[in-house]
Amino acid sequence: MLRYITKRVFAMLLTLLIIATLTFFLMKLLPGSPFNNQDKLTETQRYALNEKYGLNDPVPVQYINYLGKLAQGDLGYTFQFDGRTVTSMIANGMGPSATVGFEALVFGTLVGLVLGIAAALKHNTFIDYGAMIVAVFGIAIPSFVFAGLVQYYFGVKLQWLPVAFWNGPEYHILPAFSLSVGVIATVARFMRTEMLEILGTDYILMARSKGISKNAVILKHCVRNSMIPIITILGPLSIGLITGSLVIENIFAIPGIGEQFVKSINLNDYPVIMGTTLFYSFLIIAIILVVDILYGIIDPRIRVAGGKS
Amino acid sequence: MEKLLELENLHVSFQTYGGEVKAVRGVSFKLDKGESLAIVGESGSGKSVTSKAIMRLLPNKIGSIKEGQIRFQGKDLAKATEREMEKIRGAEISMIFQDPMTSLNPTMTIGKQIMEGLRKHQNMSKSEAKERSINLLKLVGIPNPELRVEEYPHQFSGGMRQRVVIAIALACNPKVLIADEPTTALDVTIQAQILDLMRDLQDKTGTAIVLITHDLGVVANLAQRVAVMYGGVIVETGTVDEIFYKPKHPYTWGLLASMPKLNAESKELLAIPGTPPDLMNPPKGCPFAARCPYAMEVCMDHMPDVTDVSSSHKAACWLLDERAPKVEPPEAAVVGGAR
Repeated sequence: MLRYITKRVFAMLLTLLIIATLTFFLMKLLPGSPFNNQDKLTETQRYALNEKYGLNDPVPVQYINYLGKLAQGDLGYTFQFDGRTVTSMIANGMGPSATVGFEALVFGTLVGLVLGIAAALKHNTFIDYGAMIVAVFGIAIPSFVFAGLVQYYFGVKLQWLPVAFWNGPEYHILPAFSLSVGVIATVARFMRTEMLEILGTDYILMARSKGISKNAVILKHCVRNSMIPIITILGPLSIGLITGSLVIENIFAIPGIGEQFVKSINLNDYPVIMGTTLFYSFLIIAIILVVDILYGIIDPRIRVAGGKS
Repeated sequence: MEKLLELENLHVSFQTYGGEVKAVRGVSFKLDKGESLAIVGESGSGKSVTSKAIMRLLPNKIGSIKEGQIRFQGKDLAKATEREMEKIRGAEISMIFQDPMTSLNPTMTIGKQIMEGLRKHQNMSKSEAKERSINLLKLVGIPNPELRVEEYPHQFSGGMRQRVVIAIALACNPKVLIADEPTTALDVTIQAQILDLMRDLQDKTGTAIVLITHDLGVVANLAQRVAVMYGGVIVETGTVDEIFYKPKHPYTWGLLASMPKLNAESKELLAIPGTPPDLMNPPKGCPFAARCPYAMEVCMDHMPDVTDVSSSHKAACWLLDERAPKVEPPEAAVVGGAR
């Protein structure tokens, strides 16, 4: 297991290097430069600024310099504010982003599991149809539409919850809910299909033939086995949450990384573009790794070499 | 002798979109303590449905017992509540399934899967149940049971898994063991081992066995009595000797004739032409009439009565009526050449 994880971490670093390289050169292809739109700057000042940030060097040299700093964990300074590191910007934005994402994931998975299990156990009844109608809406309608709807209904009309900003727990509810709708829908559909399939397997009949009660069989034998594919889709779902959060953070004016990411691209803020891209990439690769490891823990059949005996 | 399990006129139906499928249409048989009875028939003859009906494990919404009794130790299981059945399943009657590759939970150690029934029925503590599991694994011939008990099904071969399934079924010393095609999914060499094991365990534990199979070789190995099922009814019952050496029903002749023989001159495998009857609209007369080479007019319209050939041998066929022409079983259906 340890060898497997080491191998995967190494592969992860290599992937990050490739992403850094691609992003760096693509970013350099973007029209404009960080200081072009500031009309008040004279030619000399601009030259001095470019010199200060090393932007006058040839691109390959900049690339090598960037990688050198990156290897030491230095993501550089933003161009937007004097003397603020990219790391501190990401750290500041991470709190709200991670909170909303995590809340949406946990809430969405739990509700999705309950809906999926209920639909499977009440197969072909109105509970099943109801749950699946909810799921179809959840998949078909993007999260920002829900965001607008709940903002209007709960925020403006009923005035139960704040419409936007990030000043306390009650501010989490609407964005986390909007973000979780897709998760609920996907998890519910997967769980239903999987439960139905597993309820029909021989080992469920075998467990029943041992005299175990139906509920105990569902809990001990069925739900756990049905969770295996759910854990695999949690990876892509979390990634969906990350991209979804870009929009949701803007709608609810949450000071997260997604907001900074969009802004940095508009401003040609090279270090922030690189920093946030690498951060997102790191997150996504890490999620995939964690999912693979979890998968092995739940399903002993895929416990990788070295796990046995 | 007291009958342990007695089925009387059992009818089981399935509700499908196309209509009601009458899978079992009046099955009756008796099982003594420690006896082994084989139910033989081709796919769709209703043999598996009968066994699931005894366990009351028919698919909930669509399958139901329409009529008849399943008397087990004086109690009618056809009318038992789910809670009563939970006490009987695993403890009094247990079951072995066809495919050991799919009948074990892949994410649970085999030890836990054996212990589940013990903990439920015999109130054993964890350590007692584990000790018993190890003993059971030893009993079914699994080497290193102390280590194997912690392993998962995928770490076992097919034959070993079927041994585990047998260990699970026998965990609480049930009085009846229903084995639904226990060797069908196994290699031939492993089949023989599993059959030996089952016979051996039956000697040791005195469990009665209902063996469901389509393989007459398995029947000869393990059973004392045979019931031949076709189209949802039992067409012939008798001792193994009676069924193999003095078969009376043309369907039994067909089954015996289609068994591959080592000494046969013909290299061709014999088959019974035609297909089993559609049980959504079961035939009015004998279910086998449409495929029977000896069918008479009466066979199409009237269900034959059960005729007693001897005290233990019964067959439902119009050929046994005194007015019917005398028909000898075909050459290929003669087992071992001598009758």
